[in-house]
Amino acid sequence: MISRIYIAPKKVSTKADSYLIDSKLSKKELIKLAEMLTNPTLEDYFINESPKINNYQCAIEIGFLPGVTDNVGHTVKEIATDLLHLKKDFNFNVYTSKIFFIKEKEIEKVREYSLTLYNPLIERANIVPIKSNKINLPNEIPKVILKKKKPVISVSLDVEDAELIEIGEKGIKNEDGSRRGPLALDLSSMKVIKEYFSKLKRNPTDIELESLAQTWSEHCKHTIFANPIDDIKDGLYKTYIKGATNLIRKQKGKDDFCVSVFSDNAGGIIFDKNYLITHKVETHNSPSALDPFGGAVTGIGGVNRDIIGFGLGSKPVVNAYGFCFGEPNDKRPLFRDKGKTQKMLSPKRIMDGVIKGINVGGNCSGIPTLSGFVKYDDRYRGKPLVFAGTIGLIPRNLPADGGKKRPSHEKKAQAGDYVVMVGGRVGLDGIHGATFSSVRIDSTSPATAVQIGDPITQKKLSDAIIKEARNMNLYNSITDDGAGGLSSSVAEMARECGGVKIYLDKVPLKYPGLSPWEIWISESQERMTLSVPKNKWKIFYNLMKSRGVEATVIGEFTNSGKVVISYQGKKIMNLDMEFLHNGLPKHHLITEPYKITTPAPLLHKDGNKNSTKTLENLLAQNNISGFNFISQQYDHEVQSSSVLKPTTGAGLINTDAQVFRPVLNSNKGVVLSTGVYPSYGDISTYHMASCALDTAIRNSIACGGTLKELAILDNFCWCSSNDPKRLGQLVDAVKACYDYSIGYGTPFISGKDSMFNDFKGYDEKGNEVAISIPPTLLISAISVMPDLYKTVSPEFKNNGDVIYLLGETNDELGGGEYFKMLGAVGNSVPKVNLEKNIKTYLATEKAIQKELLASSISVNSGGLGIALAKACVGGNIGCNISVSNIGCLTADAKLFSESQGRILVSVAPKNVKVFEKIMKDIYYVKLGKVTTAGRFIITDTKNSGHRVSTIKVVETTVKKLTAIYHKFSNSQK
Amino acid sequence: MKNKKPKIIIMSGYGLNCEEETKFAFDSLGGKADIIHINDLIAKPKMLSEYQVLVFPGGFSYGDDTGSGKAYANKFKNHLAKELEEFLSRDTLAIGICNGFQIMTNLGILPGALAHNKNGQYIDRWVDLEIKNKKSPWLKGITKISLPIAHGEGKYTTSKEGYKNLQKNNQIAFKYTKGEICKFQNLEYNPNGAKYDIAGVLAYNGRVLGMMPHPERAMFSHQSPLWYMNKKVSKEGKGLQIFKNAVKYFSARGGSAFGGN
Repeated sequence: MISRIYIAPKKVSTKADSYLIDSKLSKKELIKLAEMLTNPTLEDYFINESPKINNYQCAIEIGFLPGVTDNVGHTVKEIATDLLHLKKDFNFNVYTSKIFFIKEKEIEKVREYSLTLYNPLIERANIVPIKSNKINLPNEIPKVILKKKKPVISVSLDVEDAELIEIGEKGIKNEDGSRRGPLALDLSSMKVIKEYFSKLKRNPTDIELESLAQTWSEHCKHTIFANPIDDIKDGLYKTYIKGATNLIRKQKGKDDFCVSVFSDNAGGIIFDKNYLITHKVETHNSPSALDPFGGAVTGIGGVNRDIIGFGLGSKPVVNAYGFCFGEPNDKRPLFRDKGKTQKMLSPKRIMDGVIKGINVGGNCSGIPTLSGFVKYDDRYRGKPLVFAGTIGLIPRNLPADGGKKRPSHEKKAQAGDYVVMVGGRVGLDGIHGATFSSVRIDSTSPATAVQIGDPITQKKLSDAIIKEARNMNLYNSITDDGAGGLSSSVAEMARECGGVKIYLDKVPLKYPGLSPWEIWISESQERMTLSVPKNKWKIFYNLMKSRGVEATVIGEFTNSGKVVISYQGKKIMNLDMEFLHNGLPKHHLITEPYKITTPAPLLHKDGNKNSTKTLENLLAQNNISGFNFISQQYDHEVQSSSVLKPTTGAGLINTDAQVFRPVLNSNKGVVLSTGVYPSYGDISTYHMASCALDTAIRNSIACGGTLKELAILDNFCWCSSNDPKRLGQLVDAVKACYDYSIGYGTPFISGKDSMFNDFKGYDEKGNEVAISIPPTLLISAISVMPDLYKTVSPEFKNNGDVIYLLGETNDELGGGEYFKMLGAVGNSVPKVNLEKNIKTYLATEKAIQKELLASSISVNSGGLGIALAKACVGGNIGCNISVSNIGCLTADAKLFSESQGRILVSVAPKNVKVFEKIMKDIYYVKLGKVTTAGRFIITDTKNSGHRVSTIKVVETTVKKLTAIYHKFSNSQK
Repeated sequence: MKNKKPKIIIMSGYGLNCEEETKFAFDSLGGKADIIHINDLIAKPKMLSEYQVLVFPGGFSYGDDTGSGKAYANKFKNHLAKELEEFLSRDTLAIGICNGFQIMTNLGILPGALAHNKNGQYIDRWVDLEIKNKKSPWLKGITKISLPIAHGEGKYTTSKEGYKNLQKNNQIAFKYTKGEICKFQNLEYNPNGAKYDIAGVLAYNGRVLGMMPHPERAMFSHQSPLWYMNKKVSKEGKGLQIFKNAVKYFSARGGSAFGGN
């Protein structure tokens, strides 16, 4: 029996909620349930009858497609079971939808409008007319009904190469001839698999092939970073990333603060004698392109689990995000197919959805979203980049049996331990997510790759593990079920003890009918795998149960050297661990030289033109102006740890670095910052990387971070990584990472790559379009600061404070925001001078230690002019400065060059003497003063013949700059 | 004789998430706070009688599904209605912060309801508050205070009639007002559109307080947006006063209000 409950606001409203109840409930029970769903002050309920709807013509009902996670539905089921004392196996399902009332009458127009309300990949829309103030919606429930199929098939690899290629690219053939979706295995991998099974004298089963595809995917194995490339025989990762870290750790000796790097789900460094800080940054680009909201929620949820899966379980204490979007006003449509039936979402829709996703994912989990950036570039319209990061906190030692302690970053599944899956159930969601993200987006991209997050299920899981089970020493190992689902997590953990056997029919499912291979590789969210000793299972199970967390034994860890899976009493997978993990053939990658020439714009030769308008226009660019519309909707105060927030000062400018207090009874702070310059890569990926690194470090130092205790993370988002020229660019960027991380002594502790951020589809006219993202490297920095009370914020503070520019300015406008505004790229890309910058940074650290700085802002995109404008807007206070001593440069270069290594500070007059003494060995320029009058004045000197005169280069008001700075953000609210 | 520390029960589970910092606030002021999962309280309901202060902390119980605070309140009511009534009949204190406030209105122990913010969006920022009730044990010695808010459903809603009753019974705890933060950052004083600018209300003679702003997120001076303008201030944040009042309410009387006897 299906009943419908409407909940409508008491006041006239444009929408109502609907709950379809699939169950045998009595009228009385339905009323009780409806009452529970209603807030009597605000709402009324209607059971199996329409609410009265005045003044509207049409209703659009938006609900989920079958199988898509319906979080509200789950909650209603849970509370109804509690309220009505229903038995656990009572047949009871709830399907929720939202109903929007529309004044428009014409169905076609309503249908068109409805497309702005829902995403056809995950939702469905019902449009009905409103007759006599009532609606009559069909009681259709989106129940998943799967066709009965053979649970396991064997796949013959004794076929022509063409078929092997076909299987690798499009997937295993179903009985009806259709293909199951990409395995992303190339011919050489397929041949190795063929050979392995011919030795065993049998065909692989579908689940064995799918399992190998997951484990060998670019997403899991990072083949491009692992394979030999040119003459780098150990590959990029081992040689340059890990290589740099190893060297730095050795050089640091007893000051080495790395504890667990590159070996776990996240990197871990020392916070103090009691705690470690852990950090991981992920990307979730492909899912976010198709379903921005779901992609972003699961992105942040996934990286939270990476932290929970660090060591024996680290507690998420801060979330970070980074977005690269197409221009939000870009309305040009893109299609995934030639027939133009699969429309891509517009950059604005993607942006709104992603922002909301991080909002829900972070806010619901009680993790402050403190740190973030957003960049816009036309080339992200085919595929956005969504970075999601989490910082965790874990005691260095945890209770062990017999009153002993065990180091928290070490874990080891033991043969004989139960394999336990906890959290959500398994459905068809996220099938082929890992292999899908290893290829470009086109019309064959599977919709089942889309997943929806359920933050509360994860929150319950997280609390039960991190706050209770971990401290009770109830498990030996833990890892996240992320890309590749169980196939990845279980096989990874099996390495700790040497084998595993799984009973796949024990895995709890969302709905019946899944094939074993689907259960094994599904990426259904909010799950983790633990290894629980048999004698602790009962306590563990009871604890999880009392916390509303499902926990199931699905197998046992062994030391057999094999991954064995049974299903309905039959062995359906039997693979050697050695082959599964190390069988992937190596490819020798080759790069090709590439040459980039990008013309510079024509500029005024005269260095003394008035730049007021230019500065104002530059401040209005969406890559420079504020994004408080995002910051304000993310909870950055929960856990009571904020020190330097996402926005600061009277003028609420966005900060380039953030500081928080992870341990409430300690005065130590943690500083987070990032550096990312995709546009510099248009000239040189080497300098793009070195500048990203320098900027992440500088942003941190500017507010109180310390070089001595600063670690970094890399996220490479590349495009067309099978193109030798793109690989050439990659090698250059990686080499810069090596050079500059060693130069600064800042080790990489974790990283991630996403190598195929390409879109291939069609434009409005049906013409083929290929859009690749610009190679993008995000460097995130994490630093421990000894005394958080010494944090310096970026905005100017007091009238009369003296303004200094630390570091040298050169003519380096290439690839910068000023040239971009003029429609050009140029060649003079900023370069990093290690030696000089280190001196500047150490001097800055000292000045902050001695509390000499009133404000400090890192000079980034847009150069000095923009840094000054932001410091003034932030402080709602003016400045009067001269750029005449900056050097022999044009006014444009002085104001807008993006030379690295520079920090703009202000110092109270009483501290000037001590400050200048500390700075005596570094290059600095005294620029002028902070002024209370709300004027923003920059002057220069002009030599005409033998007369030197002062001229005003920029003259405007702080009020005007403030309006400009927030204009874009306000337009997006 | 040394006064006994008041015992504070802080509810947790199903997505509540401010329990740890709330415990830190109480403990640092001489209270003895325990974080108790709702299922553990349901299993041993008598436990409630051992406590003097009941706290519903902030969070996102049940992800705000079906309306903020509704589901958690229903679960509490289903299993613990009697115990709650008994608890409130003693000389005890109770506080609901943010989601906790939403839970308390759904429990029916505080008047009114919390609706979606007027702009339909989640808002995280600081607000200024003016204290309207000087007698509540929670609010002693405070006349104005600035605290952060972070919510999507914080618009306090009540009818004209309801408002009259609130006034008559002296049940308004805080109102949003244009104070130092709003002036400093040029912000709207009532960001969520709360009716009559109400940010928090009282019941049970001022012993039960519900509030949208988060006092536990103003424990340290560095949390205030104004801190960078003048760092030479006490390290203690203004929000602590609310917790201090609760601890004092019991310890000042030497534990005479000790529960159950």
